[in-house]
Amino acid sequence: MPSLSTQTSGAGRKTFLAQHPSVMWFLLALALFTLGVTVLAEATGAGLISTSFVKTLGKTLCLCLVAIAMDVVWGYCGILSLGHMAFFGIGGYAIGMWLMYARTEIIVRDSLLAAPIPPTPQEITDGIGTQIFGVVGSAEFPLIWAFADSFALQLLMVILVPGLLALVFGWLAFRSRVTGVYLSILTQAMTLALSLYLFQNDSGLRGNNGLSGLQNIPGFETVSQDAISIGFFWASAVALGLGYVLFAFVVSGKMGSVVRGIRDNEARVRFLGYHVESYKLFVFTLTAIVAAIAGALYYPQAGIINPAEIAPIASIYLAVWVAIGGRGRLYGAVIGAAFVSLVSSWFTGGGAPDVELGIYTIKWTDWWLVLLGLSFVAVTLFFPQGIGGLFDRLVRNPTPDAEGQK
Amino acid sequence: MLRAVLAALVCYVLALAPNPLLAQTSLQSLLQTQKDEVLKPSRASVGAVLDTLVASNLPGVQDFLEKWQERQVVLNTEDGLFYFATGAQGDTLLLQDIDSGASLQAPKSALTDSRPNGGVRKEIAGALVRFQLSGPDIEKRRAAVEAIARAPSADVVGLLQASAQAEPDPALKAQKQRLAQILVARFAPDSAARIAAITGFSGALSLDIRAMLNQILETRPGVAPARPNANIAEILQPGSDALPIAAAYEQLVAADLAPPMISPAQIKETLAQNISAGAVAGIPLAQLAQPDRRIAAYQALVAQGKAAPLVGPEDMTKALNAHVFYLAYIEPDRAITDAARATLQDIETAVAFNKGADLALDALSLASIYFLAAIGLAITFGVMGVINMAHGEFIMIGAYTGYVVQQFVPDYTLSLIVALPLAFAVTFGAGVAMERLVIRWLYHRPLETLLATFGISIALQQLAKNIFGTQARPLTSPAWLDGAWVINDVVQISYIRIAIFVLALLFLGLILVVLKRTRLGLEVRAVTQNPGMAASMGINPDRINMLTFGLGSGIAGIAGVAIGLYAKVTSEIGSDYIVQSFMTVVVGGVGNVWGTLAGAGMIGSLQKGIEWLNPSNTLAAQTYMILFIILFIQFRPKGIVALKGRAAGD
Amino acid sequence: MKRLLEVSGVSVTFDGFRAINNLSIQIGQPELRAVIGPNGAGKTTFMDIITGKTRPDSGTVTWGEKGVSLLAMSESQIARLGIGRKFQKPTVFEAQTVSENLGLALKNRRGPLDVLMYRRSRRDTARIGEIAEEIGLSAQLARPAGQLSHGQKQWLEIGMLLAQDPQLLLVDEPAAGMTPSEREHTTDLLRRAAETCAVVVVEHDMEFVRRLECKVTVLHEGAVLAEGSLSHVTRNQDVIDVYLGR
Repeated sequence: MPSLSTQTSGAGRKTFLAQHPSVMWFLLALALFTLGVTVLAEATGAGLISTSFVKTLGKTLCLCLVAIAMDVVWGYCGILSLGHMAFFGIGGYAIGMWLMYARTEIIVRDSLLAAPIPPTPQEITDGIGTQIFGVVGSAEFPLIWAFADSFALQLLMVILVPGLLALVFGWLAFRSRVTGVYLSILTQAMTLALSLYLFQNDSGLRGNNGLSGLQNIPGFETVSQDAISIGFFWASAVALGLGYVLFAFVVSGKMGSVVRGIRDNEARVRFLGYHVESYKLFVFTLTAIVAAIAGALYYPQAGIINPAEIAPIASIYLAVWVAIGGRGRLYGAVIGAAFVSLVSSWFTGGGAPDVELGIYTIKWTDWWLVLLGLSFVAVTLFFPQGIGGLFDRLVRNPTPDAEGQK
Repeated sequence: MLRAVLAALVCYVLALAPNPLLAQTSLQSLLQTQKDEVLKPSRASVGAVLDTLVASNLPGVQDFLEKWQERQVVLNTEDGLFYFATGAQGDTLLLQDIDSGASLQAPKSALTDSRPNGGVRKEIAGALVRFQLSGPDIEKRRAAVEAIARAPSADVVGLLQASAQAEPDPALKAQKQRLAQILVARFAPDSAARIAAITGFSGALSLDIRAMLNQILETRPGVAPARPNANIAEILQPGSDALPIAAAYEQLVAADLAPPMISPAQIKETLAQNISAGAVAGIPLAQLAQPDRRIAAYQALVAQGKAAPLVGPEDMTKALNAHVFYLAYIEPDRAITDAARATLQDIETAVAFNKGADLALDALSLASIYFLAAIGLAITFGVMGVINMAHGEFIMIGAYTGYVVQQFVPDYTLSLIVALPLAFAVTFGAGVAMERLVIRWLYHRPLETLLATFGISIALQQLAKNIFGTQARPLTSPAWLDGAWVINDVVQISYIRIAIFVLALLFLGLILVVLKRTRLGLEVRAVTQNPGMAASMGINPDRINMLTFGLGSGIAGIAGVAIGLYAKVTSEIGSDYIVQSFMTVVVGGVGNVWGTLAGAGMIGSLQKGIEWLNPSNTLAAQTYMILFIILFIQFRPKGIVALKGRAAGD
Repeated sequence: MKRLLEVSGVSVTFDGFRAINNLSIQIGQPELRAVIGPNGAGKTTFMDIITGKTRPDSGTVTWGEKGVSLLAMSESQIARLGIGRKFQKPTVFEAQTVSENLGLALKNRRGPLDVLMYRRSRRDTARIGEIAEEIGLSAQLARPAGQLSHGQKQWLEIGMLLAQDPQLLLVDEPAAGMTPSEREHTTDLLRRAAETCAVVVVEHDMEFVRRLECKVTVLHEGAVLAEGSLSHVTRNQDVIDVYLGR
């Protein structure tokens, strides 16, 4: 588990975590959950949880991480971004490029070493190029793969590329005072443009084939998928814990006050002397980077990424999770993402039993989306606070917004 | 004019009259004179038979040639006569007398087929063309002209010109003359006649003429030590875009003017063949992972005479510099290629101009589709500040309504007339229901409306999949909407697109009338500009919102029928248009019909323009368009037609 | 009295409608000034121009003794210079507590990183207490602002202005919808504020203006119609025509 970050401040102050018991509780729950899964998993424990389910759980943790990022940008700052799954996908692509390059390099090197004459570096590079880009009728490495051979640089790309994209796009959008529904549509357009670009064969990222074989981690060929999946599960849990603490820190205190002020009345915050655009840009970019990190952890567990994952619909689903979970509270986003994505895979995976109606049989694989859509409408209409709102009522903490400023 | 027709008629009658000299001879007797040639024709010698037959002017010649070409001519060895085979009954063949047409039978064993091979049949076809070109059946004459156009050859020029003289149908006559001119331009022996024909086509847009000129201007690449004495089209510089260095050198190698390159792969192979004791030419294998050591090892092999010498970059440059690379016209006559080039340039200018017009038409029709798809969205957004994410699904509902109506009303025209108002009614109802049940409760929370309507959108889309399946359903347009209005070979527009354009105009007018001339429109405009004030003046905003939403949705239904007519109806038909519709509204500016029109016009022409610049890649076109829109918003955040002052609500 | 704000020759047009027409006003420091005028006289637009919300078509707006132009600055830059604005409708952050509202307004560094790392110091806590005392909300510090009464929200907003340590306060109809005793309190607040800084009050209510006992500027059709003490301007024939005549 992450070390508990503490804020040392004025004398006699309580630590950040002590001031925010809900963060404490969340971290505790996450730690218990991780421990439980570890004890029951195939690689490390009783084997009651299959490796594929460990992967599902690990992926769900990543989705929870991107959901809290979405919650911060939407629930706290009021920017309904329909582009955060695009940042998630970019993170996946960035790490996927290294995974695919390094893995292909091993294969190519092995096969070339079998020949009598040892290969030159150029031959190895050419071989990798043919392997990776043969599927789109090319063998040349596009410029964007320039750093693919370096794990460290490509990790940097996970942060830099979405960070810069969010910075530039956010600067353009916020500067021209595009707000509300307009901004949502603009972010949706950005997402669509990105996914359409990636769908092209000459985008340099294998068009609609995407990147595949990402579950094979170079350097860990001898380690079984059981162990790799539990490793990623742990990494995802740590990332979620750290992300939760980071965002809890951001949305508490004065920063949280300003950000929520922007959500409720942007002009007023401006007349108080705050440069609203900088704050929006800060939140937008920070959440984009966290979304990308979540994606970089998600896709090695998923094994494949393609442009369809970036399409606007994915980002809209992200908003759906956060809304169902309950906006404006971080644990709400976690609950929403975990609940909806797990229930969704239960229904679409054929886990839910069909319903016999005499003349018609409801097959949930067909009807799940109808149910989801309608329940989403119901949540918006009747439970605007989402599942988290019910949770709040249980623990009698009706105003999470006022939390932390006693 | 009358005289010309009369003259043509006289010629026609003369051509049909049998030659009195040969009138007594029957076709059978004529065939008997060349019995062996008819039975076993060869390409080289069949010409004589064909000439005799054609010169005889007998009425049955054309029929015989056609049957012969189709391998239906048989020789009965019992009486030594030729017959047409018309069918078989067990071991007997049904025959027909060549001259009288009388039916008879003969056992198969007694018959020998005449089996003209492919070459012979081509000759027969050539002979047939003259009959068909001036035969009585206009369809056959047309077919013959088209056959010549498909496979132009030098020898039919005169024939075509003669038959054009006699052609009674003015349209076909013009077509024949034109084709004859094309043939003259390509094949005439006299270069002055060719040049005259070529320059005569100046400004013509049709594809066949452009193809003909391009054939005259066909080039082949060549290389020589010095500039050859040929009709040179262009001298190429190695290393330019038209002739990369590698291609130039390959050309040299192919012409045996330079030794072939040794590729890295060949080097590697040669090295692999010469491994001895873990080394090649004394260089250990492990070192051969370095490119320069490989070269060294190869050079050592060359010195030992075990490999062909390498071609270095200097050798290559030297060889390239020592030769002239050129494109030469296959046509040797400079005057003709010059004329063809000038004419082609002329034509291409005209083509570019017309393509511009065609592009504008395309953009206009795309814009009308976007306008239809977006105007409902714009109205609801303008009046209620609500973005309806399910708008695309209303388009889908409209399209499926059209499809369902066609299942019950088989007449396509009638079904369209039924489908349009029905689609409006269905989506109007759906819109009103949605407004009453969902949106009404979410006013002043626009982002939540966006998400709630998105929930409806996924539910409706999946519902459509469950009902209609995932495969595309056809919405067939009536026959009178098939085809296209062809202005010339470049500019044309399909009738469906014209119909959609008209529909868009109709709705533009209708909406303007409703908004500007009716009480409802007045109230809608009042609510758009200041809902609080409108409410205090006795306007019931609830009713206005409901009606507006219904109207916006109803127009989406109409748009759905229109779009379904030319795109396949699937559950995703709406989502294909929804983002463009959003863009149209955003670019155009909220709450203004003219803004939507301007937005649709801009997005439509932008998309077509970018597609034209980069025709191979519509995905890239859409990407660039969206990027452009994001930048556009920078300069006009409120759209093209923006409300100003306090009404803008900021 | 130093010159603080100078608006000269400013004009604004919305779609052909001249909201402000060659307007010139000077404000000194400290000063209490009331701006009155009928509906559509351009009072709110005048404030919009000073605070950077609306850009004028022509004219200049300069600030302080150095004469810095405000026209090229953004709203937040202008606010940081020390110009505070109170809106007609009380706009406080209803989801946040009174203490948080005041904390937001408190004069401190406004950059995102400064704000992120900000911890409330004892001095700041004390200052919030002082202001709460002054606006009479000491007992409400921990309550969400949404639960306050209308008058309390108005005071909170004035308190937020005071927390900014402004040099110029622009106050739009502060007394609207208040009970007589609340008005009394509001008048006191504004008069006390005007001892240290410039306060410009836009008001409809003549009675309220009378109690402020200050110089009055009358706006009409986007230009200054009259200026002087209340008794002076109410005797002006033009003013009488605009308010009572026709």
